[in-house]
Amino acid sequence: MSTHAPIGGKLFTRPFYFFLLLFMIALAILATRFIFGLGSVTNLNDGYPWGIWIVIDVMIGTAFGCAGYAVALLVYLFNRGEYHPLVRSALMAGMFGYTLAGMAVMFDLGRYWQFYTLMMPGYVQYNSVMLEVAWCVMAYIVVLWIEFLPTFLERFGLKNLRQKLSKVLFIIIALGILLPTMHQSSLGTMAVVAGHQISPLWQTQLLPPLFLISALLMGYALVPFEAILASMGLRQPMETSLLAKISGVALAVTIFYLVLRFADLLWRGALGFAFESNLDALMFWVENLLFIVPVVLLAQRSSRTNPALIFISAVSLLLAGSIYRINTYIIGYHPAAGGTWHYFPSVAEIMLTVGIFSFEVILYLIFVKTLPVLHRA
Amino acid sequence: MPLNRRDFLKLSAAGVGGALCADAANAAQRETKQLPPDAVGMLYDSSLCIGCKACMSACKDANNMPPETPGQPTPLWDTPPETSGRTLNVIKLYQNGSAEHKDQEVDGYAFMKRHCLHCVDPSCVSVCPVSAMTKDPMTGIVEHHADRCIGCRYCVYSCPFGIPKYEYEDAFGQIQKCQFCAHLQAKGVIPACCDVCPTGASLFGTVEDLKQESQRRLQMQTDQEYEFPRGKLGGGRPGHIAKASRYLKHVYGEKELGGTQVMYMSAVSFDKLGLPTNVPDFGYPTISEGIQHTLYKWMLGPAVLLSGLVYVVHRNTRNHHDDDHSDSETSSDKGTS
Ligand code: SF4
Ligand code: SF4
Ligand code: SF4
Repeated sequence: MSTHAPIGGKLFTRPFYFFLLLFMIALAILATRFIFGLGSVTNLNDGYPWGIWIVIDVMIGTAFGCAGYAVALLVYLFNRGEYHPLVRSALMAGMFGYTLAGMAVMFDLGRYWQFYTLMMPGYVQYNSVMLEVAWCVMAYIVVLWIEFLPTFLERFGLKNLRQKLSKVLFIIIALGILLPTMHQSSLGTMAVVAGHQISPLWQTQLLPPLFLISALLMGYALVPFEAILASMGLRQPMETSLLAKISGVALAVTIFYLVLRFADLLWRGALGFAFESNLDALMFWVENLLFIVPVVLLAQRSSRTNPALIFISAVSLLLAGSIYRINTYIIGYHPAAGGTWHYFPSVAEIMLTVGIFSFEVILYLIFVKTLPVLHRA
Repeated sequence: MPLNRRDFLKLSAAGVGGALCADAANAAQRETKQLPPDAVGMLYDSSLCIGCKACMSACKDANNMPPETPGQPTPLWDTPPETSGRTLNVIKLYQNGSAEHKDQEVDGYAFMKRHCLHCVDPSCVSVCPVSAMTKDPMTGIVEHHADRCIGCRYCVYSCPFGIPKYEYEDAFGQIQKCQFCAHLQAKGVIPACCDVCPTGASLFGTVEDLKQESQRRLQMQTDQEYEFPRGKLGGGRPGHIAKASRYLKHVYGEKELGGTQVMYMSAVSFDKLGLPTNVPDFGYPTISEGIQHTLYKWMLGPAVLLSGLVYVVHRNTRNHHDDDHSDSETSSDKGTS
């Protein structure tokens, strides 16, 4: 029999204040952005209209948030109940990742005060991939909070409500699998229209499945990443056997991803670009070696019970998926706009991104200490 | 490039299975858009352009755009290097070697005019989530509507010619691009840049007529004198007499990326003048929209998928005894004290 429980303990620890400080800095940057415009804090320019606020905070943030999706897929769709102890913390990671990504979009929108047009029938443009992403992400944020609701209800002893919710929760869970499948692949489709502006190393009509699979991978990687950090930082017991199993799943999906990725490059005859001496080629190999590392480390069954190897593999996968997104949208993007354009994020841009992730850590600490999120065997 | 649509299942099987890679996804390509019936356009002839920039100044006037003085402590005159949030139209210079001869690639120079090309199948219109970029169904003019734009800059990111620009230095910035002086055309006036052009290098007209005019120029004998229309093609203004250039036997915009209503003629190759030449004959939206439409055909795909998921999930949640969502007794209250 298994249970979830809050881990309790002091909330206002030193790390807590540290992350709070980073978050406050981010708030100051935000104030500047809203008073003086995007140009006052970012290095965005006429060649690179999208920077790390879109690619890291939104695209990578939501891919990290796929933990809930990835585990739900295993538990509910493939009926692997043994992964169940992981569902809550994975869902929570998804809830934070998506909610903050949704907020980050608002910071980046140049005309945020007209955001409501996205919901106005006279304006919405159904051919736009971005419209679909926006709708799906908004809906999924709601779904994640509802999926997480039982945890709140338990905490506050509302058993009746909790049981009523259980009866309809399966629809929400199904939506929770459908929506990420749609928008994580669409985040790849979004780059297709950029055509020749994106290097053939990344521009392909297989962007949708590649983005979807790599998002799943990042979801599977986040689970052991978080579990191992929690067991070290918060002195929680480790579910080694479960982590071994999920690492096995991650391994299989990674191999599938790599086969698809390289088959596509060969098919299109684009692999040659990987052997030029430029930043594109270098970043291509960094990205793909990071995908290959876990395959090597986790190849043997025995190594999948070694927390250190699992952890390194998870970090490697998270980095790989992140760099894949940065490469597709920024490094591999060679703007058609005349002139020579460069983009490297400003300190303020980086600090805002850091601030958002800090906020996620703060929320995580509050939630696991006060709500029944983590699993007790 | 196969244009036929195959069914949803085939694409998803190929997409997910990955066995067929790029070609399978092409099956999803949507039809290419056609030129609107009353399409208006512009023919810019680099060989006729004398680089006077009268069009730049007229464009600023007609559209109330501020001057741009990059890198100058005291603003003396308007010198934008590129189109930007303050400049919709820019005359650029190509130079090579000693830059002595006009319209020559080696040791020569040539002018180039850059602004929106009013694509037949525009990416900016395809990507905009809130219809803030529209293409007029009759004239084909691609207009921007700031009053509904959310500033996502997807149009900036996706335009294959790098045209729309955002005003980053403004807390309430907006997207700027050439709208073919739609406000003037509505009053029966021709676009400001074509109106002031002294040589007819920027020539306004219907796309049909302009295509005929470009064919006439391709038939011309190099270095013979001809009359070139000015302002509006067939508008009755006295023409400009000039020697025909050594034209490339290609009119840019007739086919590129599905065609553009602003077309280019030149003696210097178009990639040297900054236009993308290694591009397909169809617009990129035919692929991105094709993938999207096929996968989500009228939201039918997702609906079917959802009902399947609901069924499977429903069955699976019942089977779980230690399930979070079906059994609350074991998990409540334990650690809250
Ligand atoms: S050139 Fe760019 S901005 Fe102009 S219509 Fe084409 S895609 Fe749109
Ligand atoms: S920036 Fe405005 S016009 Fe451009 S795609 Fe976004 S909403 Fe549409
Ligand atoms: S058509 Fe009007 S807005 Fe466009 S470049 Fe010419 S003058 Fe400027």
